[in-house]
Amino acid sequence: MEAFLDDWGLTLVTFTPLIGALVMMAVPKENESFHKMVALGTTLVAAFLGALLLVNFDFDAAGELQYVVDKSWIDVINSRYIVGLDGISLPLLLLSLGVVPLCMIYSFGHFPEPHNPKTFLSLILVLETGMLGSFIAQDLILFFVFFEVVLLPMFFLIGVWGGDDRRYASLKFFLYTLFGSALMLISFLALFFLSDGTVATEAAPTVNTFDMRALSTGATSVIARGAQLWIFGGMFIGFGVKVPMFPFHTWLPDAHTQAPTVGSVILAAVLLKLGTYGFVRIAIPFLPEAAAAWAPVIGLLAVIGIIYGALGCLAQSDMKRLIAFSSVAHMGFVMLGISTLTDFGINAAVFGMVSHGLITGMLFFVAGSMKDRYHTLDMTRLGGLLVQAPKMGWILGFASMASLGLPGLAGFWGEFPAILAAYNPAEILSANVWRAYMIVAALGTVLAAGYLLWMLQKTAFGTPTEEFEHDPHINDVNRFEWISWSPLLILIVVFGFYPNLIFDLTDPAVIKSLQVEGLGGAAGDCLSLAKAAGEQCFADLRDAVGSAAGN
Amino acid sequence: MVLLTLLASWAAQAVEVVPFDRPPIDWHALAPELTLLAVGALVTLIDVVFLERGRAISPAVAGVGLLAVLVPIVTLAVDGVASNPRAAFGTSEVYIVDGYSLVLKALFIIIAYLVILMSTNYIAEGDYWESEYYGLLLSSVLGMLVMASARDLVTVFVALELLSIPAYLLATWRKRDLRSNEAGLKYYLNGVFASALMLYGMSLLFGASGTTILVEINAAIGSTASSTALITLGIVLVIVGFGFKVSAVPFHLWAPDTYEGAPTPITAFLAVAAKGAGFVALMNMVFVGFWSRADVYAPALWVLAALTMTVGNLTALRQNNLIRLMAYSGVAQAGFMLAALAVAGQSTDVAQRSASAIVTYLIIYAAMNLGAFTIILAVSRRTGSADIASFDGLFQWAPAMAVAMTLFLASLAGIPPLGGWYAKFSVFTALIEGDVWWAYVLAGLAAINTVIAFGYYGKLASRMWFEAAPTAFETNRLKIPFALQAALGITLIATVAFGVYPEMVTHFSDVDVPAALTAAP
Repeated sequence: MEAFLDDWGLTLVTFTPLIGALVMMAVPKENESFHKMVALGTTLVAAFLGALLLVNFDFDAAGELQYVVDKSWIDVINSRYIVGLDGISLPLLLLSLGVVPLCMIYSFGHFPEPHNPKTFLSLILVLETGMLGSFIAQDLILFFVFFEVVLLPMFFLIGVWGGDDRRYASLKFFLYTLFGSALMLISFLALFFLSDGTVATEAAPTVNTFDMRALSTGATSVIARGAQLWIFGGMFIGFGVKVPMFPFHTWLPDAHTQAPTVGSVILAAVLLKLGTYGFVRIAIPFLPEAAAAWAPVIGLLAVIGIIYGALGCLAQSDMKRLIAFSSVAHMGFVMLGISTLTDFGINAAVFGMVSHGLITGMLFFVAGSMKDRYHTLDMTRLGGLLVQAPKMGWILGFASMASLGLPGLAGFWGEFPAILAAYNPAEILSANVWRAYMIVAALGTVLAAGYLLWMLQKTAFGTPTEEFEHDPHINDVNRFEWISWSPLLILIVVFGFYPNLIFDLTDPAVIKSLQVEGLGGAAGDCLSLAKAAGEQCFADLRDAVGSAAGN
Repeated sequence: MVLLTLLASWAAQAVEVVPFDRPPIDWHALAPELTLLAVGALVTLIDVVFLERGRAISPAVAGVGLLAVLVPIVTLAVDGVASNPRAAFGTSEVYIVDGYSLVLKALFIIIAYLVILMSTNYIAEGDYWESEYYGLLLSSVLGMLVMASARDLVTVFVALELLSIPAYLLATWRKRDLRSNEAGLKYYLNGVFASALMLYGMSLLFGASGTTILVEINAAIGSTASSTALITLGIVLVIVGFGFKVSAVPFHLWAPDTYEGAPTPITAFLAVAAKGAGFVALMNMVFVGFWSRADVYAPALWVLAALTMTVGNLTALRQNNLIRLMAYSGVAQAGFMLAALAVAGQSTDVAQRSASAIVTYLIIYAAMNLGAFTIILAVSRRTGSADIASFDGLFQWAPAMAVAMTLFLASLAGIPPLGGWYAKFSVFTALIEGDVWWAYVLAGLAAINTVIAFGYYGKLASRMWFEAAPTAFETNRLKIPFALQAALGITLIATVAFGVYPEMVTHFSDVDVPAALTAAP
């Protein structure tokens, strides 16, 4: 059993949804209950496989890649089918595996127009394969392929089942992401040609490699500083668009607002994480030197995102758009944690990814259900949810509290440690700058409390407006909603009370990713020197590696 | 008297020609071309003997005959041609059969086979001449096979005319339609103009080097002693001539009109096979003939590539006719291939990468573009229109067509995991391996163009999915003839498979650069 999981576990979990989608394509669309059954069934099978992977995961070696498979794929460019799972990927993989079945169940109760469950559900399955694959890929080209696979299904989910302005929103989403990923691909290719796989400590048979294991263990330390900065810049735009970071965020409010509820949930819970995951897994471990140079920019844009997102929230009258802007602010905290280049900050960032996925996913669920009942999310027309549908009102309140970072709920552990980490960034960075960022970010939490409570006050408190006072459609949480929401609500509390469930998992992997041990020393050590010494340390490392490799 | 002896001796010298020895002919190496010639003759003969009764079987004969040409190609491959190139005529470098040319020959045969599948119903139902159609198509394909092996200016030119002249005729096949006449005439005039420019360039190169064989030209023009102005003009004129053939901007203006007027299967043939043959010729020129003069061709190709992809994409954004949209999309795609060619002169490694990239691109482009044309053909059987609005709501009344078309469009846009991504990726690979600033700039430009291109591919895709269908079509489902289904199946499977497992393409496209690079200075 374990041997089977080792060899096939990750591949199976990734491609099970795709198989489900193919089966669905072969059956006529009139047979709706069949499609619903197959779609839910395959996601549950995938989730079950994910649970098996979790049970068999060696938690003592969470820093190491497990279930590694390394098979030939495109020999010409030495790109291989390499998948593996470590402490950073595991929580995100499980998050995706968990959120998708919940979305399926939710959609059974609220099917967006135009109906067509066959296409809707099979697109979600394809989307799931793309998301899962991105988190397990350990080859840059494989990662890129999975990263792009999510685009088309999401384009159609927004474009066909979305709101009134769906065409514009879906195209905007697509073009932004495509632009970022095209630049990202050029960066990957530059890495391929400029790095030297032979100097890496991990298995790397040739000089030019896309193997992420080799590239994150010093294969890139031979690249000249100038080239590193350019390459990082390309990846920065690619991942930054996906996160989204200010000023690449403008696609997000449109996409979220127009997407069907389930699309918004998946977008918030998983797709945005692909960007931050890219920073944690690829950009920083591959190019620590360039990361140190870019970090002030990342940090600055992160805090701008926090404040801008919060102010954006306060300017909205549409509830869904408000939640979308709150995503910009929350991802700002995640990026702030990443920009510190410390294990503490990046741990907080990974936690922030998971908690944001749970909490914002939950908020979008509630917003979608309210839209179903009120047929509007205009906050000037809403009010008195607690009177008309008290359970839903309390759930909205609970999710808002979690989102503003109330201690004891999951949101707190994403934000607070990120702010704390900014007090003490990596030595190579200027502590004063990050302390300034820290103050701004702390102000951001106040604003977050402001806009979330404002939203709550507008929608849940007070008395129902005349328009909806006697509307018979406004009923409380129904069965589908309970099933799909309760796991999220429980996890928000569980992670809030015992955050070590995630921190224990991510910490060894994060530490390892920052070490970047290669020939001639660990690049990670250079990060813990003062600026001038640190840059000298990177240069020495490059010379050492260069002379050892004989060029 | 003295004058007479002088005259006599002069006459004797003039008459004293080099005795012509027929070089030994490698019949096996020529077998694909000869088989195709026989098939073409057979199709013509059937028409002559059976007259009207032959109409029904001519597409089948042409199709099966084309597949028969694959037999000698396979035997040559088994014979180890890839590692051991053969010269068809003795030891001369005029006509070479190597791995590179063999892959391209197979590609042209398969493209032609798919075009015949696409044509079968179109030509029969449109009441056009049939046997002549297939005969001409086959002779055009013959020109392409010759082009793949041609390593000599005269052979290249003969191959080019052999493939072009039947294509001029085929473009006018819908002879009762003025647009088709316009299409053929525009194609013809532009083609002849391009040939004239090219011939002039070739004559200059011949003057500079004293030979027509590409390898020797390369050696001659590579040395510093030769006149730069003459060679520059020669190379630029030849590139411009082929620029017309591959519809590179600013020599692309004929393409949309010709594509729009020509019968749709022929449009597909021109967009894929004729353009491909133009690229093969350009590759033969750059990799064999001009290799040592990267200082001349690299800037020329850089400008052509940058213009072609940018102008092609921007113009495609504004098209409302499907065929014109596909025409400009094809222009833009050609820009990507030109980009890979521009960087080829950096080193033999880069040249290798760039040759592989272009062959890869040609193979994948053929699959996805023919697929898209098949769908346009199938859908227009119902709608009778090539207006972009005729695809509105396609997903509602022909969901399978809409899904397939979406996959082709996504592939053309370069979205993984469909074939197109790997085609674009291999171009990026070549550019980045070039490792010079202008190659990086071109890569950046290509990246931006990928985004622009999605503007129109995505617009078409969103029309199929997001718009409401015209009510007349909603109830009855689309019936597609078997030949089109077959073409669609082949192209769709290829498009998806190439993207998921690119090794299927690279196994063939990772060819050695044609001849004599190692001999270059």
